[in-house]
Amino acid sequence: MADVVVEQGRLARAARPRKKSASLRHVMGRKSTVAFFLTLPLILLIALLVLYPAFYSLYLATLNKAMTKFVGLSNFTFLFKRETFWMVVKQSCIFAVTAVIFKALIGFIVAHFVHNIPGKKQRKWRGMLLVPWVIPPAMSTLAWLWLFDPSYSAFNYTLSFFGVGPIPWLGDAFWARFSVILVNVWYGAPFFLIMYLAALKSVPDQLYEAASIDGANWWQKIWHITLPMMRNIIAITTLFSLIVTFANFDIVRILTSGGPLDQTHLFATWAFQVGIQSSDIPLGACVSLFMVPILAVAAVFILRDVNKRGNEA
Amino acid sequence: MSTLAIDKAGPSRKVKLGSMSRDRTWALRWSYFFLVLFAIFFLTPPVYMLITSLKSSAEISAATNPWWVFHPTLANYVELLTSNQFLRFFWNSAMISITVVIVTMLISIPAAFALARMKFWGSATLATGVFLTYLIPDSLLFIPLFKMLAVVQEFTGITLLNRWYVLVFIYPTLTVPFCTWIMIGYFASIPKELDEAALIDGASWLQTLTRIFIPVALPGLIAATIFAFTVSWAQFLYPLVFTTSIDQLVLPVGITTTLIKGDVFNWGQIMTGALLGAAPPLIIYAFLMDYYIAGLTAGATKG
Repeated sequence: MADVVVEQGRLARAARPRKKSASLRHVMGRKSTVAFFLTLPLILLIALLVLYPAFYSLYLATLNKAMTKFVGLSNFTFLFKRETFWMVVKQSCIFAVTAVIFKALIGFIVAHFVHNIPGKKQRKWRGMLLVPWVIPPAMSTLAWLWLFDPSYSAFNYTLSFFGVGPIPWLGDAFWARFSVILVNVWYGAPFFLIMYLAALKSVPDQLYEAASIDGANWWQKIWHITLPMMRNIIAITTLFSLIVTFANFDIVRILTSGGPLDQTHLFATWAFQVGIQSSDIPLGACVSLFMVPILAVAAVFILRDVNKRGNEA
Repeated sequence: MSTLAIDKAGPSRKVKLGSMSRDRTWALRWSYFFLVLFAIFFLTPPVYMLITSLKSSAEISAATNPWWVFHPTLANYVELLTSNQFLRFFWNSAMISITVVIVTMLISIPAAFALARMKFWGSATLATGVFLTYLIPDSLLFIPLFKMLAVVQEFTGITLLNRWYVLVFIYPTLTVPFCTWIMIGYFASIPKELDEAALIDGASWLQTLTRIFIPVALPGLIAATIFAFTVSWAQFLYPLVFTTSIDQLVLPVGITTTLIKGDVFNWGQIMTGALLGAAPPLIIYAFLMDYYIAGLTAGATKG
């Protein structure tokens, strides 16, 4: 019906004086100009403050510390010879992969529990469980720092009742790595929870009903219905979180500042320490550039998935 | 169909149904049990912030049960809310976040409108580029940006480093790409007939945008606004790098650098500051939860 009305409107318009249709065509012709001006601020912002700095950092990475001389790739070769650098590479990968796996697992499990809760109560639970994601990470990490305090740790106080000795949460390399991952999982799991919950809601109930009539158990339902239906969201969320976790700065900076003995440094925190605190900008730029390959791979896969979704819709 | 099948199944069916509903009750009980466990895990830090913020320094150093307040006091709140320094941090954060929200909207709404409705040369590439920009993290750009600001400052004589207003120019790089991206999704979902009708009635592009697109896509707009505000409020790395003087700091950096003095940690005040810093996003979240979640999930579902 609506189409017919619009069509009639178009016909009526076309039938009217020539002048008007000519000016309309003129507007259409001008459309690309209008569009260009509407997107100009966006293009300028991205070009000046994202693309330019990205390439500028490539240039910076080839200078000496005083930034007076071009030294080619010697910053990179210098990094390759440093033990700390390889430690940072290793720790960044351990941190990102472990944290993302646990975030995804916890998010997936909790999403199912929340999905089981009926109606109004579900809203309340969902609201409560998303709180870690809402608090600015710098603020919540301070609370964790206090929970991990060497002499007043509330965790150690509680554990002492179970006869578990005081744990050096941030003092020992293993526990410090555990702690930064724990805080990151705590902060990021709610994001997965919300995404997976939205995905779960989009799976038609009939599929589960049909499966239970066919005698499928809960594991078969998850494996053959839930996971295939959610595959796209799981992929996008995981890849996106991989990027964000890999580039994480706040948590490690506040919790350990990279210590003990640089054992918890990630690319971002080490680049900050080298580039800003020790004012070796080229070397810092060099360190942060090492994030690019992994980010690029994840970005390519995300883009593929997003485009696929776009085509389906 | 299904009722027919159930009728056919006869008496044995009843037992099965009973076990299924019993299964469901048990599933619900287990769900509640585990949800309580996870809720404890998720809510411990914020609750602990609140507990500590109500304690005096004497009570904290006495190392009594950390999970309980024996002599609640609001002294920490009074002290922080009357301290010019803390209020300055709060003011800086608020000014920056509000300005960034406005700048973000001014840039991303027109751009999203153009990208969603006007097919022009390179529009598809630009939309993809916007999404890619969103994936570039701040920790990749802070060093070149720092050097860029220093160079510009040297050439023009305008002080850029160590000034809070420079953050107003930098933060949109974090907010604009995502806001544009989700606004494209919302605008694209508006039926074409609506703006075609407006154009036929003689409305200009600007009128179509302000009279039709913005009102219809208002939920998306609110979600984008919330996103831009919370991102600018929580940003930690850029202000840490670009500002150093106490009067130029924003809240997250101010609390971590000034309240932690050497080895003396005034935990009561730190936790109070952290809680007050977390309050604006939490309050927005409490009142606009659905928009908040819509914005969060829009990135993946509105492809």
